[in-house]
Amino acid sequence: MSVSLLLAINSITLGGLLFLLSAGFSLIFGLMKIPNLTHGSFFMLGAYLSTTLIARGFDFWTAALVAGVLVAVFGTIVERLILRRLAGAELAQVLVTLGLSFMIADVCLMVWTGDPIRIDTPAALRGTTSVMGLGFPIYRLAVSLIAVVFAAGLWGLLDRTRLGAMIRAGVDDAPMARVVGIRVSRLFTVVFGLGAWLAGFAGVIGGPILSVYPGLDQEMLPLALVVVILGGSGSLLGSFVGSFVVGFLYNFGQAMFPELAYVVLFLPMLLVLVVRPQGLFGRQAV
Amino acid sequence: MRITRRSFLAGTAAVAATLPFPAIAQNKPVKIGLLTVKTGPLAAGGIQMEQGTIRFMKDRNYTLAGRKVELIVADTGGNPAGTKTKTQELVERDGVDMIFGPLAAFELLAISDYTAQAKTPVLSLAAAEDMTQRRPNPYFIRASATSSQNMHPLADYAAKELKYKRVMTLADDFAFGHEQMAGFGRVFEDGGGRIAKKLWPPLVTPDYTPYIAQITGVDAVVQGFASSNPLKFMKQYRDAGLKLPVLGGGTAADDALLKSYGDEAVGMISCSFYTADLDTPSNKRLVDGMVKDYGNIPGLYAAGLYINGIVAEGALEKTGGKTDDREAFNKALRSVSLTDTPRGPLSFDHLGNVVGSFYIRRTERKGDKLVNTTIKTYPKVSQFWTYDEKWFLSQAVYSRDFPPLKS
Repeated sequence: MSVSLLLAINSITLGGLLFLLSAGFSLIFGLMKIPNLTHGSFFMLGAYLSTTLIARGFDFWTAALVAGVLVAVFGTIVERLILRRLAGAELAQVLVTLGLSFMIADVCLMVWTGDPIRIDTPAALRGTTSVMGLGFPIYRLAVSLIAVVFAAGLWGLLDRTRLGAMIRAGVDDAPMARVVGIRVSRLFTVVFGLGAWLAGFAGVIGGPILSVYPGLDQEMLPLALVVVILGGSGSLLGSFVGSFVVGFLYNFGQAMFPELAYVVLFLPMLLVLVVRPQGLFGRQAV
Repeated sequence: MRITRRSFLAGTAAVAATLPFPAIAQNKPVKIGLLTVKTGPLAAGGIQMEQGTIRFMKDRNYTLAGRKVELIVADTGGNPAGTKTKTQELVERDGVDMIFGPLAAFELLAISDYTAQAKTPVLSLAAAEDMTQRRPNPYFIRASATSSQNMHPLADYAAKELKYKRVMTLADDFAFGHEQMAGFGRVFEDGGGRIAKKLWPPLVTPDYTPYIAQITGVDAVVQGFASSNPLKFMKQYRDAGLKLPVLGGGTAADDALLKSYGDEAVGMISCSFYTADLDTPSNKRLVDGMVKDYGNIPGLYAAGLYINGIVAEGALEKTGGKTDDREAFNKALRSVSLTDTPRGPLSFDHLGNVVGSFYIRRTERKGDKLVNTTIKTYPKVSQFWTYDEKWFLSQAVYSRDFPPLKS
């Protein structure tokens, strides 16, 4: 009983982290139809950059924001210089983003060496708190709170602002959005930058839990893919629900059926792909 | 600093042009191929392997038993196919006299048959048990440890000195993890302890909490993780507020990994074939050289390759620097018996595996650094521990479910 409760709480915190990672992936895929395989690399790059920033005296939260911005700048450059030229060429996009992810991994290895680097938990959030009589790290609870705040913020952005309306229009029907005068190509850059920022920021926020090491990128990318496929691409609600579903599947799957850890994680994705290819909350392709 | 074949050759040519060399230096050089991993997730250990090799060569001024050494470094990319290709290049194109490396067991298994046919001795850290047990390769020599060779003494220490009755084990779900915990389990249960549960998280596990949540009703936890996983596990373990003592194998509290750890590692008890605090002349030289050149103390990867170098030197001294007769050279390698290495005295059994000292260490904080302090030394540990070799080999190889738990 107490183990299940602990797992349930942990599912929510892991879900929170996955949401930060996958929201950007979902927006990029929904709007631009680019399966951005560098997304895990953005996550890792953010975490690595923050270790350097923290070593130079930045505090954790500033480092998280700044590392996010640096990753966003990098993402924007990638979009403007490379992906822009590959519009509509899915195979080329997959290969280019995959290739980029290898290149980023190599550069990280050169700059930060292969040794794992730990990121200290911010001082105010260290220690454990008691949740219904069970010890639970405070920082993890804070991560889920951050995810909820970001979800609300992103929802406000998409649902309540002009920019959000334009993005939604672009997701639903890009050619029609162009016809009514929305500069979809500029939207692409904004969304790609925003997605990269979220991934970089998530990398830093995940740092105190995961630390950062070569291979982190390829560990996180499949999780983001599962979330987006389950939830439906381009749908914020889909990412949100998908993240927590994956969080629960991951935690209970590994605890109850350790031999089948990956089956538990990926089987629902297969089923969704077969039965409802647009995902739980995705819209039917127009 | 990296030394490529070309820059090394250019360097030696320049030196040769200016110095009057004795006649012996005009022999063709001994060629040593280093198979290591410099890209991908295994790169941390691979880079340290290269550092340890280069440190050794520098200490010997690239001369072993009077012969110049040419070191050829090849990056396997951490996969079997890459390892095979690079090995063929080393053997057929470069004509190396011996191979140091590779890092991982799956890399080693990919080249084992080939190198045996080519009669090229391989000195590797890869810990796969059967390479020196039921399916030995006559050209394979391991100066480090089998997967379980660290764990036998650790289990003995846990049962007899720490007097633990019940423990739980967690290790990566692949052969290295399985073999470690099987070895721990056999000795610990023979010593009167019981394994309450064995957990096997997949090699790629971002969050260990689902496993940590299952730890209950035991005296201690044994972790057999490798690469960056021990760090992640220990952090999440302490974050979850668990206070039970943690024991680990060679990779769990490796000296080179300590700089990545924080206070969560304090108190960990580990067992390894190499410990940076060992007081021998050659270890002091290794540690000082590593700190000077790379700013970090050596761990088992750097030290393991440095030790390989000393073994190769010992064999070359036996053959008078000759490597042409591969069978004789291979025999010389296996008959090497050394008193001063960074891991203390060592020799080899007839299967090519090391018989040497193993060290139980406690991780402690000293000032702003973490260090491993040796608390007990097990001398002359063989891969069969105290078991009879014939009996040991008649049993199945260590695996996920063998030997079965007694409880």
